[in-house]
Amino acid sequence: MAVPVSTLPRRRQPRLSPLLAAFVLVPFAIESVWVFWPALQGFWFSFTRWDGMTPPRFVGVDNYTELAGDPTFRGALLNTVIWLLLFGGLSVAGGFGMALLLQRDRRGVGFYRAALFTPVVFSLVVTALVWRVFYQPDGLADTILRGVGLEHLIRPWLADPDTALYAVILPALWRQIGYVMVLYLAGLKAIDPALHEAARVDGASAWQRLWKVTVPQLKGVNAVVLSVIVIDSLRSFDIVWSLTRGGPYHSSELLSTYMYSTAFQGLRLGYASAIAVVIFLLALAVILGYLVRAFREEENA
Amino acid sequence: MTRALRTGAFHTGMVLLSVLWLAPVLWVVVMSTRTFDDIAAHGVGSLPHSFTLDTYRQAWTDGGELQALVNSLLVTVPSVVLSLMLAAVAAFALSRYRIPGRRTILLLMLAGNLLPPQILLIPVAKFSELTGLYDTLYALIAVQVGFGLGFYTFVLYGFMRDLPREIQEAAMIDGAGPGQIFGRIILPLTRPALAALGALSFTWIFNDLLWAITVLRTDDKMPVTPALLGLQGQFVSSWSVIAAGTVIAAVPTVAVFLRFQKHFVSGLAIGAVK
Repeated sequence: MAVPVSTLPRRRQPRLSPLLAAFVLVPFAIESVWVFWPALQGFWFSFTRWDGMTPPRFVGVDNYTELAGDPTFRGALLNTVIWLLLFGGLSVAGGFGMALLLQRDRRGVGFYRAALFTPVVFSLVVTALVWRVFYQPDGLADTILRGVGLEHLIRPWLADPDTALYAVILPALWRQIGYVMVLYLAGLKAIDPALHEAARVDGASAWQRLWKVTVPQLKGVNAVVLSVIVIDSLRSFDIVWSLTRGGPYHSSELLSTYMYSTAFQGLRLGYASAIAVVIFLLALAVILGYLVRAFREEENA
Repeated sequence: MTRALRTGAFHTGMVLLSVLWLAPVLWVVVMSTRTFDDIAAHGVGSLPHSFTLDTYRQAWTDGGELQALVNSLLVTVPSVVLSLMLAAVAAFALSRYRIPGRRTILLLMLAGNLLPPQILLIPVAKFSELTGLYDTLYALIAVQVGFGLGFYTFVLYGFMRDLPREIQEAAMIDGAGPGQIFGRIILPLTRPALAALGALSFTWIFNDLLWAITVLRTDDKMPVTPALLGLQGQFVSSWSVIAAGTVIAAVPTVAVFLRFQKHFVSGLAIGAVK
């Protein structure tokens, strides 16, 4: 609720001045032109066949029936789910673990936090190039494996269909863990220390305090982290595009990269729009959950 | 005794982890100073046997990183300023006045930012062709502003809503209009939130790849992030030049992070504690 006006008597409410109307309408109009209207068009295009040159032709649900039988699409969908589970699960586990270890301010902690956080400020393309060096034949990864006598494991990490997807997830994780850690550090800081004190007085062990005090208190952060992870996973594009472009043989293809190459390299704009709609539908539950939370917060404020 | 042991174990473990975490970055920095012949002879996995800074010159001029960096700043600075300005006025009006339907407007704007960009790519590319903006930096600025606005408005709304109402009432009694109240009272108080969002949005926009390759085509218009991918094609086996280019592309965001560290982290944490 708007704090000042809602409590004022009605006659003292300022009339809606043209300036205030412009304050809201101009930004809203800009977002409408560049987001809302394109989004609606995106749905419409998914029901058309379109090469970008000639006008789009309405084909009903043809694109969607074709998707259902497209093995590349199914592979990309599966890879996206694997990505979500591995990238999401491990970054939450890693980020939460690091936040727990580094929550207390003591000597050195500032440096450790900064070290883990550093990759977050790099772009995903920079991240990709850093790791490309690592994966290069005779690069760091191979040198290390040879050093510990595991040279039989050496393979062209990014060019082998069996390893490409995982070789791309690793750099993404490297960058995401620091981010999730910061979110959890903020959440941990907001927990009232008296709760821990009370539990300790009652004889709760560190383990019990973790599960009975800390974790329940982090409900709000968990919801935020979950939304961030799901939305980020479905958006993930840069790192895959920079490292493998979804290859070899679509083995590291995600829905986002498949959509992009279908649209801008294959020039099948209608079909690509249908893939985009699928990505949207997958994100929808999380988006709605996030909005409902934002709405509730609004009501309670 | 056990306490000292545990502290020791903690620090040993964390130092190892920190070094491991930073190792890939340090490796690239070191590699950027090796000569082509050194890498050709010893491989990218070996320790350096040479030192040169010529790789930076090559990336900077031959590789077009200078132009790319200029493009990045030409896009990033106006985008950050414009989107924060527009978000601030929208958040002000929505949070401090009884605008009809303001909650719907706010959530709609936020929802726009949560959309997967993929659904927007084709229409945005076509729309910029239609308006003649395709392959210009204006298109990139416009889409960055339009797409980011919702989130910034939402964050600033939450911040402005929590400012005490008395200050605004006092100004209203003195006859100040909304414009003055915004410029003289609310905006200065919003500075911490603006700084946090400024640092964040700078890195987001600077680091962007997807929007740039969607609305731009010509190589010499590309910002640093997509240009880095082009550099990789141009200097296929000159690993040290690619490494130098990578370092150049990473420096601006690292600088912003170091300068605005507190704001940056608090910006990321916005929403996490709510």
